[in-house]
Amino acid sequence: MSDTSAILPIETPLNAVGATYDLDQPLELDGGQVLHGVRIAYETYGTLNEARDNAILVCHATTGDQHLATPHPITGKPGWWSRMVGPGLPIDTDRFYVICPNVLGSCMGTTGPGSLAPDGLPYGPRFPVITIRDMVRAHVLLLKALGVENLYAVIGGSMGGMQALSLSVHWPDLARRVLVLASTAAMPVQNIAFQELGRQAIMADPEWQGGAYHGTGKSPDAGLAVARMAAHITYLSEATLSEKFGRRLQNGQAKSFGFGADFQVESYLRYQGESFTGRFDANSYLYITKAMSYFDLAEGHGEDDHPGRLAEAFKGVHSRFCLVSFDTDWLYPTSESRTIAHALNAAGAPVSFMELSAPFGHDSFLLDVPALDRVIEGFLLR
Amino acid sequence: MSSSDVLRPDLAVIAQNVAPGARVLDVGCGDGTLMAALRDGRDCDARGLELEPANVAACVARGLSAIQGDADTDLSFYPDDSFDYAILSQTLQTTKRPDLVMEQLLRIGRRAFVSFPNFAHWRVRLSLLWGGRMPVTRLLPVAWYETPNIHHLTVADFRDFVGSRGIAVEGAWFLEGDALTGAAAANWRAEHAVFLLKRHGA
Repeated sequence: MSDTSAILPIETPLNAVGATYDLDQPLELDGGQVLHGVRIAYETYGTLNEARDNAILVCHATTGDQHLATPHPITGKPGWWSRMVGPGLPIDTDRFYVICPNVLGSCMGTTGPGSLAPDGLPYGPRFPVITIRDMVRAHVLLLKALGVENLYAVIGGSMGGMQALSLSVHWPDLARRVLVLASTAAMPVQNIAFQELGRQAIMADPEWQGGAYHGTGKSPDAGLAVARMAAHITYLSEATLSEKFGRRLQNGQAKSFGFGADFQVESYLRYQGESFTGRFDANSYLYITKAMSYFDLAEGHGEDDHPGRLAEAFKGVHSRFCLVSFDTDWLYPTSESRTIAHALNAAGAPVSFMELSAPFGHDSFLLDVPALDRVIEGFLLR
Repeated sequence: MSSSDVLRPDLAVIAQNVAPGARVLDVGCGDGTLMAALRDGRDCDARGLELEPANVAACVARGLSAIQGDADTDLSFYPDDSFDYAILSQTLQTTKRPDLVMEQLLRIGRRAFVSFPNFAHWRVRLSLLWGGRMPVTRLLPVAWYETPNIHHLTVADFRDFVGSRGIAVEGAWFLEGDALTGAAAANWRAEHAVFLLKRHGA
């Protein structure tokens, strides 16, 4: 496509390309609104083969981005899944053409609330509320532009898993394999509650200015930092917190008898919150978490308490599925993945499911869990 | 061919008697050895249920579909008649409620293969009769306090059970060592039994 412009060709064995694609059509959204002039920022790794059957779409999580295995341009840290994606790694870039787009509503180059609307001013609170399926709509148009008509696999963890599931149900002929890690078919109520806490923290910050802070030189950093601190706790496990910090104090054994960061865990969370504001937009956080809260794959397939509604949703899928949960993940617990597995089974779809043991809580899918490497490698093998 | 590809004798019996192209659920599928044999040798669409995550991962690595779960609790999630065969090999005696598991097998599958170690094999009988202790044999190698086998049964018990439930026996194979033995004195001579069952009225 002529409007697919490479802006960041990186000379590495990864054969990584960072680029943007401007949609040549308006994007119709679940909420009924239409977005014009949508830009998608993405990275690709490896090469699309002649048969065009080796493409893998990797969907990132809430605050992730397209920098899958290249250094993050703001933090300089390695790509969020560089341990999984590369030559000879489980998602082998010598074999696969890997595509990772930044989701709609985000702030790393894809159109979001911080982008300019057609009137030349930032969207801010005028940006329409989006859904997980809207994110996937944009992915599908990008794939088309890249000449990818079917996927060897779609892979995602957490919110990325929601996108993978949405793709498998709403575009059933697109992906031959669907790999979902630490995710769910419907946002659990506890997570909706945590996300509301985060959004309220942002909106309570006076610098949020009703969402119209873009271009004012100010932003609700304090609120966004609190939102990140709360979310960060949910990504970890009791075991990780105990091992990493315990009740240890920051400055030897002296309590300050004040509200400074006495405990190491306090200091750690403050750092996590503050550093997050340097790389993420508060409005993007609102829009993306709302999309997750809305996510219910079985919506429209009968009453909420109808036990077979998820299986109904999966009728007509054409992919092979693999679901992985982690025993210390209390944000998207194993029961969520098991529910998906049972529904896929009832729908007659080929599905594998397993709970892996890992100490890192929800973040396990991003961290050093060799058993996960083996599962992903095995699932992609044949 | 690696050693794990050599089928255990009871699995070989099952593999030889599954109709080609069938849809099969292997309950307690282990690392997928039987499922792989059925897929590669008989063109079956095989799915598995397995307790151990490492075994499920091994299945996935073979391109097979397996779900981590427990025969006692997870079979109820499978729809009626969703498989041509449900297979339960060497697992019945480890379940909490073998009767309910059997009911589920024949609800999910039109037919079921069930294999189990025969607790009435002469060596087991001798061990109990003369030793007065719970037998530890080649096929029951684990002491009473740590064996996973919590519901021992015999060939005669199983025949009574299926008879009382109106379950039809379409085939039965008895193994002594790795060789087939006759049905006549099976309750004495068989170390392993394999039954092919069909639900009443199915």
